[in-house]
Amino acid sequence: MLRKFTFLKRRLLKLFVTVGGVASLLVTLASCGTSTASASSSGGTTTVGFIMVGSRSDYGYNQAVYVASQTVAKEMNNIKVITADNIPENSSVTQTMQAMVNQGAKIIFATSYGYFPYALKFAKSHPTVTVLHQGGYLTGKFPANFGTYWGEAFEPVSLGGMAAGSVTKTNKLGFVYAFPIPQTIDNIDAFELGAQSVNPKAKTYVVNTSNWCDPLKQKEAAAALLAQGADVLSQHQDCQAAVIEAAKQAHAYVVGYHYDASSLDPSGWLTGSVWNWAPLYKSIISTILSGHFKGSKYNANFVGSFAAHNNPLVLAPFGKAVSPAMRSKILAEEAKLKAGASIFKGPIYCQNGQLLVPPGVTPTYAQINNFSCFVKGVVGTIPQG
Amino acid sequence: MNGIEQTLIGGIAGGTAIVIPSLGELTSELAGIVNLGTEGCMLAGALGAYAVTVATGSAEIGVAGGAIAGAVFGLLHAYLTIYRKADQLTSGLVVWFLALGVTGVLGTSYVNDVITPLPVISIGGLSKVPWLGPILFHQDLLVYVGYVLVPLIIFILHRTRIGLLLRSTGERPEVVSVAGNRPNLIQATAVTIGALLAGVGGAQLSVGYVGTWFDDMTSGYGFVAVAVVLFASWKPLRVMVGAYIFGVALSAESVLQTNGIAINQYLLDALPYLVTLIALVIVSRKGGRKAPEALNRALIDVT
Repeated sequence: MLRKFTFLKRRLLKLFVTVGGVASLLVTLASCGTSTASASSSGGTTTVGFIMVGSRSDYGYNQAVYVASQTVAKEMNNIKVITADNIPENSSVTQTMQAMVNQGAKIIFATSYGYFPYALKFAKSHPTVTVLHQGGYLTGKFPANFGTYWGEAFEPVSLGGMAAGSVTKTNKLGFVYAFPIPQTIDNIDAFELGAQSVNPKAKTYVVNTSNWCDPLKQKEAAAALLAQGADVLSQHQDCQAAVIEAAKQAHAYVVGYHYDASSLDPSGWLTGSVWNWAPLYKSIISTILSGHFKGSKYNANFVGSFAAHNNPLVLAPFGKAVSPAMRSKILAEEAKLKAGASIFKGPIYCQNGQLLVPPGVTPTYAQINNFSCFVKGVVGTIPQG
Repeated sequence: MNGIEQTLIGGIAGGTAIVIPSLGELTSELAGIVNLGTEGCMLAGALGAYAVTVATGSAEIGVAGGAIAGAVFGLLHAYLTIYRKADQLTSGLVVWFLALGVTGVLGTSYVNDVITPLPVISIGGLSKVPWLGPILFHQDLLVYVGYVLVPLIIFILHRTRIGLLLRSTGERPEVVSVAGNRPNLIQATAVTIGALLAGVGGAQLSVGYVGTWFDDMTSGYGFVAVAVVLFASWKPLRVMVGAYIFGVALSAESVLQTNGIAINQYLLDALPYLVTLIALVIVSRKGGRKAPEALNRALIDVT
């Protein structure tokens, strides 16, 4: 009996190792992909790694990163691109960065907000590797091999707000977001201000999900907004299909974010803000390869903008629901932003009536990144930590 | 439509994705097998349903695909725990990880596919009942399946010979064996049916209420289903109540916000878990059933 039991246990153990092995292999397969621009090995080839928090085909934030990484692989010579997706925002990202370095990576793009502390620490402990963080903001001294980059996301988002404000019949716009981080607060404020610029009565109702991608919560949020009377939905989530599907079923309109998802709902799609990272990635990689990274604009908090003609976030194609007159109005506004105008030019007031931006003042990016209130016209509260 | 109605409508629809898997887990546990892989079976069900819907254009056929996908992972759990005597908790986690990996690989291309989800069906006269009608009887097919499952499972478990055998297996499999029945077969069937229902719950997410497929889209709700069974002390009605309450609280989280009601965010996020826990503690005060005696115990010499 005892012997039989031990025998069973041993066989069991073996089985588990096998099953567990298969499972982890599949997970690895799911999360790792390699694409090579040039097959030549180390001879002058630089390996660049991209790490994503979600799936590379999420029709959102991570797919935009993945698509751009593949453009880099295709368009740049002597660059080998390796990617890893579905990497959580914890010490897993450090392991992934180490694994990429072990595969010869010299440049690593850590592309999720929550990777920031891990990326910074990794850069400090690996001086020969250049680490770039997407969306972070470092106040303090930059290591010579570290940089953050982002874009003035709120610029195109405000244009999407204009489209939303122009089509709404109920004057209620819905916005589903994940966390009340500065980028998101800026986006919601810009969306509402954009809508107000064409429709002073437009109000933006906000719901947060405390998760970058939880389709059930997104659906509940969208359903609650639609029940409230919202007839345009927008969002700041990593995956956007659930909200778009909810809007589609209710015949409401959609302003997208991260990635052009117009094919999911061609009739409801108004426009959106979509990432076009490839030019920025290429520029950063070229700077590093030329040996001029240290002290450059990328060895800092780089923020692309319409005014500097290097905003990585651009306006998505218009859907048919946006009238030609409105399109030209939005494009005219885009031209103004490119000429240096700002959606956040004062006076701007918080929900509680407090002055956020004094009249006539155009806040700097750092100031905008410090906004801690929703503007007047937003319905909902910023969760207090 | 006011906030309370919307909370209930969304809560019933979303809660169905937890009710059905938790009734499946109940069936499995009453036969003596815990399936922590319920989360994985739900994921498999969600993808299976979505893939079949994309292929056939019919979400109803998709649900069948989801059920089968869930059952396949249930069979694996049954094989490991019953026929290979694996530790139930460990095997459940393996099933979860395996499903996570497999659906991650196979599901990649489906993220970009668009489907027509299960339509909302109004039940004739019932949907006209003031207030409750639109909440309970203006929902998709699987919500009604959820309604029917509770009485059905209560009936089978407590009023039929099969149910008696199943519950006996969960208590004293040796006795069942001596009486000339095959506890292993009974357990394997219960686990597979449980996983099948988990798959249907996953289908409610992908082709029912939400209508999209996404990696890891169950976000831990399968574990909620397992927890509900435990806290409901293995009583079907309580399981149902607990699972719906979780769904309603999840929906309330959004509705409170759209009505501009400010609540501390941590509290809001914890709401579904807290409310469900408190509710089940209250309903269990009268004392429930004890855990099946043979739960999580490998049978060594009984076949």
